[in-house]
Amino acid sequence: MSDDTRQISRKQFVEELLRYRRGSVSRRHFLGITGLGLATAILGQAVPGLRPRPAFAQDLGDTLNFTTWPNYFDQANLDQFTKDTGVNINVAVFGSNEEMLAKLQAGGTGWDVLVPTNYTISTYKSLDLIEALELAQIPNFIESDHDTRFIGEAKIDGAIYAVPKNWGTTGYVVNTAKVEGEMTTWKQFWDRTRDDLSGLVMVHDYQLTTIGNALKYFGYSFNSIDPGELAEAEKLLIEAKPHLFAINSDYQPAMRAGDAVMSVAWTGDASQLKRDIPEMHYVLGKEGGEIWTDFYAIPKGAQNRPAAYAFINFMLDPAVNAKEVKAHGYPSTDKRTSALLPQEVLSDPILYPAQELLSALEFGAAATLTDPNRAELMARFKSA
Amino acid sequence: MRQGRRTGTTALLVGPAAAFFLLLLVLPLAVVVIYSFGERGAAGGYSPAFTFDNYLSLATRGQAFLNTLLLAPLGTLLCALVAFPLAYFLAVKTSPRWRTMLLVLIIVPFWASQLLRIYAWLLILGNRGIPSLLDLLGMDGVRLINTRFAVLLGMVYGYLPLMVFPIYVSLEKLDKRLLEASADLGAGAWGTFRQVTLPMSIAGVATGSLLVFILLMGEFIIPALLGGGKVFFIGNALVDLFLQSRNWPFGAAIAVSMVAIMLATIALYMRFMLGRSGLRQQALV
Repeated sequence: MSDDTRQISRKQFVEELLRYRRGSVSRRHFLGITGLGLATAILGQAVPGLRPRPAFAQDLGDTLNFTTWPNYFDQANLDQFTKDTGVNINVAVFGSNEEMLAKLQAGGTGWDVLVPTNYTISTYKSLDLIEALELAQIPNFIESDHDTRFIGEAKIDGAIYAVPKNWGTTGYVVNTAKVEGEMTTWKQFWDRTRDDLSGLVMVHDYQLTTIGNALKYFGYSFNSIDPGELAEAEKLLIEAKPHLFAINSDYQPAMRAGDAVMSVAWTGDASQLKRDIPEMHYVLGKEGGEIWTDFYAIPKGAQNRPAAYAFINFMLDPAVNAKEVKAHGYPSTDKRTSALLPQEVLSDPILYPAQELLSALEFGAAATLTDPNRAELMARFKSA
Repeated sequence: MRQGRRTGTTALLVGPAAAFFLLLLVLPLAVVVIYSFGERGAAGGYSPAFTFDNYLSLATRGQAFLNTLLLAPLGTLLCALVAFPLAYFLAVKTSPRWRTMLLVLIIVPFWASQLLRIYAWLLILGNRGIPSLLDLLGMDGVRLINTRFAVLLGMVYGYLPLMVFPIYVSLEKLDKRLLEASADLGAGAWGTFRQVTLPMSIAGVATGSLLVFILLMGEFIIPALLGGGKVFFIGNALVDLFLQSRNWPFGAAIAVSMVAIMLATIALYMRFMLGRSGLRQQALV
């Protein structure tokens, strides 16, 4: 009898765990999904009468599977979409592009919309995993309103394969209530991890950012795939490992609880942490690091393409998008969206860092994601 | 004629199970073995080849093998040590009136998902949990979460009922007259326990240990949650290889090695247990 419950729950929590491990599940989300929230959601979907009714005529089906990153949308916007269209949104949260790619390669994901980062698009295209978008169905995307630096990689052979969600940077967040001295570089990050901050630091469970920022310690490119440079980065990572609190892309809970006082971080997590805890400080290493753009894309064989297009177009509506920015704290690439943002957001140095810090940053490269040596290096670091 | 019908019936009854094992166990395992001699595809996945490289690089996951082979048996042992007194108390010392209720209380936590129960430990062992209590008592800077201790604790907690029930069953079947006989013949409490109770309940301990050990060897949730990605098991290495670095052949090689290690360990264990206590095989399975 206990065997039965065990089997069901194992199956269920494998999925849930993978999300958690790579990064993903906030405490609230987690409790919701494993507890009452899940039961209610399933009940709601099983009983047609409980599903919201479409407010307009076009039939968009009744569910949309949306695959994205942690803490990355305004729930009110998703609710509004459901209210307007009758389409329920199933959100799956991932922790790394590697994990998304692995799932897509394995096939049968059932996803309708995903949120890939700039450097993945050429790989997805060459593996035939995403489709060229029909821009006529996304009138809210106006190419000229976006800086080409941010959206260039979405255009392959004249076709647009993804439309921009927002951009951001990868730096680190420091709890200045617990950490003394001004932090400005990646050298300080790794040195103090192995010194006075031992046991209190987190890095992402993602090779691209963790290896990339270890490379910055030596002043090498974030994108290096040079075996000699990678060997130095590996030595640093293995040395630092006993001093880390955890290797996990879901660092907000530990930073909030005080288990960790410093963590590699993306823009929006730093914004959200600072919103609640003013002592949280976001640092872009002077040596450089990563700048990136995330996009909306539609996988080949998506089950509900009409809803996917409607959803992307809805999210790119400047008014909706501005609400998104205010909630997740990542800057938009869209001029019309930015025009709707209040001055305090536009002058926030976490979202819009100083030019000299920005110009040192690099966009991740396609080879950085797919390089087998980097993948194996990360795996050795984790199993060391 | 009758013989023929009986054979037909047997085939009909065994057929579904046989097909199930063939399709869902034997064939997939064969694929895993074949993949383990292949190469990683350019963007990940599998590309056909015949190489022993995957097996030759098993040593790069040495620490993961070591963690698993150290903590899984240790967790099983601790589980048995905690479960035995509990099962003994339930089966021997508790009045039947309370017994059912107490047994239900052991099962109740299992109604919640294991992930949820382990996640609770994340909060209990985290900075705002036990360490902050110890802080009040003057013990500063105690770190519990993301250590081997935390992983071990989670494993014992998570699998305790699987150990308690087999031991409970074997103790409950224990003929109480044997205990009286032992006392009549002059054995003290310890002597009776050592010479009567323990040998009579060893089948339960063996069954429970086997169940828990097998599950712990494949464990990856508890190390991931309570080890913070720092206490790495073979299960974690496999998840990484398939779902992150997309090196299927190497993952297959590790999986095959793991199965081989498990089979060898369990064979040795069964042999040892059978030889030692003269147990019938059916008592184990």
